[in-house]
This record gives sequence, structure tokens and C-alpha cells, in this order.
Amino acid sequence: MPMKIGNENFSERVGKGISNSFMRGAVAGAQDSIGARRLLAVEELGNWEEWRSHGEEIRQHVLENLDYYLEQLSENIAKRGGNVYFAATPEEANDYIREVIQKKHAKKVVKSKSMVTEEINLNANLEELGCEVIETDLGEYILQVDDHDPPSHIVAPALHKNREQVRDVFTEKLGYKKSSDPTELAQHAREMLRQDYLTADVGITGCNFAVAETGSFALVTNEGNADLVTSLPKTQITVMGMERLVPTFEELEVLVSMLTRSAVGQKLPSYVTVLTGPKEAQDVDGPEEFHLVIVDNGRSKILGTEFQSVLQCIRCAACVNACPVYRHVGGHSYGSIYSGPIGAVLSPLLGGYDDYKELPYASTLCGACSEVCPVKIPLHELLHKHRQVIVEKEGRAPVSEKLLMKAFGLGAASPTLYRWGSKLAPSAMNPFTSEDKISKGPGPLKAWTDIRDFPAPNKERFRDWYNNREKGESKS
Amino acid sequence: MKVTLFATCLVDMFQSDVGKATVELLERLGCVIDFPESQVCCGQPAYNSGYVKESKEAMKKMIRTFADAEYVVSPSGSCAFMFHEYQHVFKGDPIWEPKAKELAEKTYELTQFIVEVLKIEDVGARLEGKATYHTSCHMTRLLGVKKAPMTLLSNVKGLEFTELPGKEQCCGFGGTFSVKMVQISEQMVDEKVRHTEETDAEYLIGADAGCLMNIGGRINRQGKPIKVMHIAEILNCR
Repeated sequence: MPMKIGNENFSERVGKGISNSFMRGAVAGAQDSIGARRLLAVEELGNWEEWRSHGEEIRQHVLENLDYYLEQLSENIAKRGGNVYFAATPEEANDYIREVIQKKHAKKVVKSKSMVTEEINLNANLEELGCEVIETDLGEYILQVDDHDPPSHIVAPALHKNREQVRDVFTEKLGYKKSSDPTELAQHAREMLRQDYLTADVGITGCNFAVAETGSFALVTNEGNADLVTSLPKTQITVMGMERLVPTFEELEVLVSMLTRSAVGQKLPSYVTVLTGPKEAQDVDGPEEFHLVIVDNGRSKILGTEFQSVLQCIRCAACVNACPVYRHVGGHSYGSIYSGPIGAVLSPLLGGYDDYKELPYASTLCGACSEVCPVKIPLHELLHKHRQVIVEKEGRAPVSEKLLMKAFGLGAASPTLYRWGSKLAPSAMNPFTSEDKISKGPGPLKAWTDIRDFPAPNKERFRDWYNNREKGESKS
Repeated sequence: MKVTLFATCLVDMFQSDVGKATVELLERLGCVIDFPESQVCCGQPAYNSGYVKESKEAMKKMIRTFADAEYVVSPSGSCAFMFHEYQHVFKGDPIWEPKAKELAEKTYELTQFIVEVLKIEDVGARLEGKATYHTSCHMTRLLGVKKAPMTLLSNVKGLEFTELPGKEQCCGFGGTFSVKMVQISEQMVDEKVRHTEETDAEYLIGADAGCLMNIGGRINRQGKPIKVMHIAEILNCR
């Protein structure tokens, strides 16, 4: 799946999301329960704000010294006999991985969860080679079985489906005959996947964090699937976004703890798998061949800009879980595999404004995202920066809006104009007013009054009341 | 104590009762009120929509208007926050950045001013009835005023208070969001109205005219029997 999902326009996607009551129920329930667990997990630390500052500091330090740490990481992986490839584009990444697969004559690939492989559309590229690609993360597996339904959440990709829907997918596609009990569903998936682990030629993983000092990389899972993906197949390929690294194990420990608390309210995940290069003589398992593919795909263009802080992201999705807009529209409305506030900031940067220009406006700038971000990305400020770029640099704002804002600039800056405007407002709005309210407004007010009443401008403005009172004329 | 009132354009034009209540309340608490006539809009609608250049003139006008004030008090968390935001807008500007900083330092939201500056926690208000309170996002998250309104409301005699479920969730106003993304805004405000109904409250109280206009407008349209009131009006009830 490439980054962009579907061909519908923004408003169609949102309309579809809003009318999907199953999805909305699942999303609201998940937001409420994960949100409460997150709060408990971070409060338990006692000094969460200090942790956040520390997390931010680590990520900023890495971004400021990214070239140094990437070089250190590559050298250390090479020293351990691994191969490192820098891919500037998705095409380069796919070509490299296809070449490895072809050299190995691989027929079956097992994958653990990875957003960056979604971003570069890896699965489709490998399937074109005639390769069978199997997602082993339960959420991703469900989506894959359901005719490649796109992910709607970066941590819980199948969040938009409830258990009955999952049962129906399994029944239809896998001949499943049991109930919608999650344990039974998961058991069935495990049985199906077990054979695939044993027969796969290549294992492909993403990367939560790479450790520059040792040339290791860490995978955080609750299902243990990444352990099997990295220990059974003879060849392993790990794909990472170029910013996803830490200097040493010390920072890894801090960020993993913050990641799991922020993502799902866990102190620790079930598995933190750390791997360093291919199997060595004394190892009993592990891949014989190891490849690390480092993907740029527009990231280096973000470095050094006012949007750099978005690269601090550790993909915990706390912002997604806190977002009141995501709550009602769901992940597919964003039209990108990256949804929620982080998606609304990142998708236009990686994929351009043509496809994603509405996303920065799909926010009330309420700041819920920035408040929960463990590495202090000022997400709502970045959404605002996007708006400024769209208006001032890209010139993509509608003409009517530009005129309105120009008038606003003049009116708001001039007390005389403002006073006249506000004085005349009640008579100007008179035709639309009944019982002190406007139910069908003109111009920009129309959208407001489509769903709510608008108060009629006061005949006596506050300032009139105040002035009259100062003059001793008012009795109120 | 001399207080210069930043009434906000919404209160000036649409909710003059809120302005009146603010003046009466502060006077009762011993303040002398000044309302500079030359005040306009704080620039937030244009600024938040990405029209930073257009909003700067309004900002400069407001900085000049309140230059001599000792304390600037506003019955809106979001607009008071905007005054705090000016210093970032003018960052690096040798003339306007220091002036904007000065304005931020003396600008308070109404309840914040009463509790933190006047050091009053009980304004002697009385109102019989069941109420709930909507915590506006800009006021709580960006301006950082969380406790003051609750402190003051908890001391209103006769007011039976129930916490609003999902109180931290935005009501769907978001300035131009409310018209630009009306499809989404409608869902958000509907959930807010549902949560309000769950509390059985007669009064939905808030401290931000924008949010109240949004929630109130929806409640009126649906004909629900809930009164939407600004906290200044509640605190001015005796």
C-alpha cells in the first residue's frame, strides 16, 4: 500500500467516515480506554513532564546530528557483516529489496508491522515478483486477509473493525468456523501464521529504533511475531525511516518506556526484541544474511525547516488517540496511511499539498495532540504553519476567503472601520434575524447556520452600553 | 486596582451581557474598569487561518491600545491566549517583540485574574440549579488556566455541580473550522451536547464566547432545555 489511500476527495472520505457508525463506535471506545490507560501509565512515573523534556532532547539531538549517527550505525552494522543501503526514494528502496529477494529465489516473505514499508508500497512490489508476502502482526494480518484494507491507525491498524467484522472476514476468506471471541480469532491467526514462519525464505521488519553505537535495532511488539520473523528465515531485511535512531542503549531504554506508555498505557510491552546484524558462529538462530534499508523519501528535505520537529516522532499514536477530529472521522478520512494529527502534519510534507492540502484545516487547533506527545512535537503549531504556507507561499487559499481576510485585516486594524462595521451589523443582518437569532445566514455564515443558530448582533453593543453608563445615562 | 478590559469582538457585538457581567463583577470586587474605545479584534480568526500578514496590523493596533494598561483582563481564555501569542508572531522584531512580551505579561483571563491577582476564591455569587462546565481548549491547554474557574464555581452558593463527561474534548468550534469543516464540527458539537445532557444540568457554563456560541447555537437549534451561560454571568448572580 502506498502512502496515499483511495481516490476519493477529502469531503467524500470524511462523509464516509462519519456515516460509518461501527467504526466510530470502535474508535471512540478505543480512544477512551487507551486514553485512560495512558494517563495512568504516565502519571505513575511521577515526573512525566521531565520525561517529555528528556525525550524531546534525545530526539532533537539525534536530528541535529543525524549524519553522524547514520554513519556510525552503518559502520557498526557493516562491521558485524550486515549490509546497509540508503534509499533516497521508494523506488530505490523497492529495487534494492527486490534484488535481494530475486537473488535468494525467495517465494515467501513474512513481515512484522512496519509503517515505512507501507509508505514505500513494498508488499505490492514484492507480489509483482510472484512472491507471497504475509503480514504477521494480527492487525495487519486482518487487513491483508480483507483484500488489503488500508490501515486506519499507526499502532492499531485494524482499529476501524470490531470483532464481529473480523470474524466475518476470517469466515469468508479463511474458512474460519468459530466465534467472534478475540482469543479464538487470535488463535486461528496464530495457527495459520505458524506454518508461514517455518516456510518463509525472507523476513522483513520495520524498525522502532536503531542504536547507532552498537549497530542494533529494536522492535517493540506485544505478539512476539517480530521474534519469529527475525529468527526463522535465513535472510532478513529491516526497513527504517532515516530518522528512527538513538545514540546508545541508554536513550533506547528511555524512549521505549515512553513509547509503550504513550501508545497503549503499558509500562513495558510483551516483547522488546533487539537484534544486531546476522547470526554469528555461536548463535543458535537468527538470519544468515542481514540487510538494513534506510529510507529517506522526503525526510531530509524536512530537516532544517520549520517542520523539523515532526521528525522527532516515535510513532506512538498518542496524538491520534487524543484527537477529537480523528474520533469522528476515523483514519481513512485522512487519505494517507499516516492519520490523525501526526498524519495531518506529515502527509503533506512527504506527499505534497496536492493530495493533502485539506488536512491541516481538519483541526480545531485544540492542542490535545501537542499535550500528549511524549517527545513534545508542537503538532497544533505545525498544523498552523502548514496553513500559513498554504496561504502565503503556495497561494492555494480560495479567492473568496482571501478577500474576506483582506477585509478582516483592514477592518480589524482600523478602530473607525471596526466601530462602523459593528454598529451597522444589526441592520445589515436584520433581514436574516428573527427572535434575536439567525437561522439562515448569508455568505460565510451559511455553513454555520446549516447546523446551528447564530446570535443576532446586539442592537446595543457592549461598547455602547459602557459609554452610556460612563455618561451616566444607562440604568442597567 | 485598575483593570483595562479587553472585551473581545464576540462579546462586544454578540454577547454584550457577558461584557456587562464582567464589568459589574470586577467592580464589585473592588476594581476600577477602563475600556479603551480603540480596541478591535485580536486577529485570531485571520491568524489561525494562516493569514499571518493580515492579522499583524490588528495585533499592532491592540498592542498600542493596551500599552498603558496595568492589568489587561478578558472574559475569554482563547482571546487572552492570543495576546500571549503575539510575542511569538513578532519574534525577532526589535520594536514589536518587546512590546508584545510586555502585553503578555499583564494579560489575564477573567477567572485567572480573580484567583491569581485579586486572590479571591469566593466572589459571593449565588445561583440555584444544576450546572456543568465546559473547559475550553485554548484556555486550559494553551493559556494553562485549569483550576481558577473550578475554584470560583465551587464557591457559588446553591449551584449543584456535575463534571462534564469527556470534558477535555474540543466542542468543535475552532474559529473558521466551524464553517470550513462544518461536517466534522457538527459531530463534535453533537457529542458535547450529548455529554451535557447526560449530566442533567440546567446550565452549561463556559469561559469562552466562541465555544459557547457554538454549543449554544447547536442547543438552540435542537431546542434543548439547557441554558448556556458565560462564567462571568454566573459569578455575577447574587
